[in-house]
Amino acid sequence: MGLLDTLLGRTKPVPPKLDSLFALPSAAITLQAATDFVPTGTGSVCFRAAEGKAFADIEKDVRDLLSMAGATKVAVSSDSYGFTWLICTHAADDVEGLVTDLHAVNSSLEGGGFGPQLLCTIVSFTDSKSRPLGLVYLYKRGTFYPFAPQSGERRDNALELQVRGVLATELRIEPELGRWFPVWGAPGL
Amino acid sequence: MARTRYATDKGLIARMGATMFLIGLVFTAFILVVVLLLTRYSTVSNGGIIFIAILLGGAMCFGSYYWSDRIALSTAGARLVTPEQAPELHGVIDRLCALADMPKPRVAIAPTDMPNAFATGRSSKVAVVCVTEGLLRRLNTSELEGVLAHEMSHVAHKDVAVMTIASFLGIIAALMVRFAFYSELFGGGGRGRGRGGANQNALPVILVIMLIGMIVYAISFLLIRMLSRYRELSADRSGALLTGQPSALASALVKVSGDIARIPTRDLRAAEPLNAFFFAPALTTRRGELNMSAIFSTHPSLEKRLKELDKISQQLSR
Repeated sequence: MGLLDTLLGRTKPVPPKLDSLFALPSAAITLQAATDFVPTGTGSVCFRAAEGKAFADIEKDVRDLLSMAGATKVAVSSDSYGFTWLICTHAADDVEGLVTDLHAVNSSLEGGGFGPQLLCTIVSFTDSKSRPLGLVYLYKRGTFYPFAPQSGERRDNALELQVRGVLATELRIEPELGRWFPVWGAPGL
Repeated sequence: MARTRYATDKGLIARMGATMFLIGLVFTAFILVVVLLLTRYSTVSNGGIIFIAILLGGAMCFGSYYWSDRIALSTAGARLVTPEQAPELHGVIDRLCALADMPKPRVAIAPTDMPNAFATGRSSKVAVVCVTEGLLRRLNTSELEGVLAHEMSHVAHKDVAVMTIASFLGIIAALMVRFAFYSELFGGGGRGRGRGGANQNALPVILVIMLIGMIVYAISFLLIRMLSRYRELSADRSGALLTGQPSALASALVKVSGDIARIPTRDLRAAEPLNAFFFAPALTTRRGELNMSAIFSTHPSLEKRLKELDKISQQLSR
């Protein structure tokens, strides 16, 4: 947003960056090689539902689209903040298929003019000790960050920084730690 | 190709731009007239008045701009809260920041029962968003989200800087009038009589400057209030488009305005100095009606705000 736009109060809603998601499959392989974490096959898209019929129609189209595509199980839930989660489940090793489906969701929303409503995408991982790890992709920044929740709304910061070190060359990790916001209660984690 | 549903309100932008231009124009004209008068009838004391007024006014404006976050927080009696102390509030703000690609401001809660919220701070690094306990009690999560989106839009639009610069003119004019009056009181008449012809012009010049100062102050006051109303509408719009839920914001407005009218006057008088920053103006009589006519108000009327939010709601339905 330029200075003139700021001063005149002309906020332009931030468009999402969709394509960086496709770096995930190779990042998952790197993560598996360097740590104990394997993908669970679950990924979700989080967006802020807008009011009105237009958004409801697009949401319905997206769900129909996903139900038609073979190996995907689709579930929808909303969280306590009013954000909607579209959860896709694939086979645990089919990260490419999962990412393709997630991208289909994003593109449909963006095609309907609701790109700015997209918040984030989470792809979940787990290790042999059943610790959850999510790779969160922020649409507006085009960056990733790891999120390792523990019981009692705490985060395993050491694990998150370790994962950052592992994936720093593969993915664009969010450089500002202040933007690694916690996604408590995210489905799949 | 993606359509955009977030068309700007060109009429509002035009009116806001025109108001800012007029404020700048009045400022420039005022300085030119004063400089002209001084060069024709110059005396050292008149030049001193102008210089001191600009210096003092500049220092006051800069101070209130630079420390706006500390001033506002201590005036409201607010305390900063950590995510552990207010998890839901922090969660809502986290998500809004991620949606708007904004750095996260500090979060504070003010211990008053009157429902209201404000955001201040000269830059994103020292920005702070404050809500009152009364607001947290009364609004549900999506209404709270709408209010916070409105406040964060103020930070994004650098409203603290814009309103401070705009009010700079009014402050200078007011100070000049006051200094001219005092200098007249203490020195002007005596000097004129003692020295004869050379200073005969000192008396009318100082009166003329006072008169111009008063007129300029009145005009700039009205223009600044108008600008403040446009900035509020702009923040309403940006906030509603950010969340995609204009009706939640409208419902929050109705709740907050209604409750403010019912609260006893003791609480309201405490909020008067902070009024311009607040989400809804805290001015009211005992009967619950606004006691100042619309042109003096820092915020647009409730009906106008609801009407604009309705328009956004219809836009989203198409």
